[in-house]
Amino acid sequence: MGNSFIPADYFPIVLQLFAAIGFVAVTMLATHYIGPKRKTADKLANFECGIEQQGDARSPISVKYFLVAILFVLFDVEVIFMYPWAVNFREFGITGFLEMFTFVGFLLAGFFYLLKKGALDWE
Amino acid sequence: MDIAFIIEKLILISAILGISLVIAMYTTLAERKFAGFFQDRVGPNRAGPWGLLQPLADGVKLFTKEEIIPTHASTFLFVLGPSLSMFTACITTAVIPWGQDLFLFGRQVSLQVADINVGVLYVFGVVSLGVYGVMIGGWASNNKFSLLAAVRSASQNISYEIAMGLSIIALLMMTGTLSLREISEQQAGMNWNVFYQPLGFLIFMICSFAETNRTPFDLPECETELVGGHHTEYSSMKLGFYLFAEYINMFVSSAIMASLYFGGYNYPFMHLISNPNVAALIGVAAFFTKILLFIFFFIWVRWTVPRFRYDQLMKLGWKVLIPLAIVNIALTGAGILIFGK
Repeated sequence: MGNSFIPADYFPIVLQLFAAIGFVAVTMLATHYIGPKRKTADKLANFECGIEQQGDARSPISVKYFLVAILFVLFDVEVIFMYPWAVNFREFGITGFLEMFTFVGFLLAGFFYLLKKGALDWE
Repeated sequence: MDIAFIIEKLILISAILGISLVIAMYTTLAERKFAGFFQDRVGPNRAGPWGLLQPLADGVKLFTKEEIIPTHASTFLFVLGPSLSMFTACITTAVIPWGQDLFLFGRQVSLQVADINVGVLYVFGVVSLGVYGVMIGGWASNNKFSLLAAVRSASQNISYEIAMGLSIIALLMMTGTLSLREISEQQAGMNWNVFYQPLGFLIFMICSFAETNRTPFDLPECETELVGGHHTEYSSMKLGFYLFAEYINMFVSSAIMASLYFGGYNYPFMHLISNPNVAALIGVAAFFTKILLFIFFFIWVRWTVPRFRYDQLMKLGWKVLIPLAIVNIALTGAGILIFGK
């Protein structure tokens, strides 16, 4: 089952990539040339609820977001690691199940540490 | 790889892109009509009978509006943001099996652009690229509201992606394959995966709401706090791309939910129809019916459930859905080992 896959199977995907790029590029160019162009300084200023712009938005943001990003990288690698295991689950049987849950146990220990540490609290 | 094969694929790709655009256009109308119904008003009814030409009018309007690129914005990234959103929305459809093979002019025509053996992984890869569109656009606008929306959207999408990936693992343990076509075939005769994976489906569905930035998880465009969210500074078709990409993503996630959990193009008594072309075409109709029902569900939820607060959103994603998905994997694994199914 499923052993006859070759790289040429991906060729239609490449066609669709080009079709999508073409569609996006043509639409972007069309909207650029069709619309009127009467630009004034006020129009091109950033929107800040109607008041004068105060500085710009190149400012530091809460470190919480970076923490979430790092945690995502850690956990997503584990998720990707589980895919091949899931596909071949029946062949591995009970041994594979126990081995994977030893691994998930360590993962959950880390998750529990995160919870206790308050890394996921936003209040 | 002959010329007829390439022509066949090109026709299929244009048809799929066209259909997803038309469905996205009419979903905007359906959304406003249903919003009208839920709020006891009429909804759009001026352009054409029952407002049927409204999406076209909106499209023409967006095309002919002035294109504004703020002076403080990073021009290249500002254009790249909506383009990326639309691009990723358009390429996800490549691995979805729309129906069984047709037999036309002595050829066997597959209604799937590419049957690759890592279909599910391809979908996840493309879906996770989707966050870049919002993030780049929001940051490049150089607007504080857009920046907040961009970081919110990024952390929301990546948080729910973990739960989504985990919920699908339980499904893969049952199917033993990553090819969407094989997963669809295994569900023939009402053998739908949702009956074996109700919890997995629930988690997957909640995550698709979060991934498509739909209510109750539409914090990136939360208008009460962030004006327009990541597209505050956008105008003309660039704004249109952001709005459109959301509706195409809705269509695509409906299609993926239908093919992973609700039998794809399968329908009851399918084996009784002897003509393969008729059977395949009814299958396509059945698949689109399922997709439209899911889209209706998306709209229904939007006008029924209020928006989450940010801390509630993160709490649901990390402290509820991820542990639940791991429990689901354990239950599925135990079930397969005990019952052999």
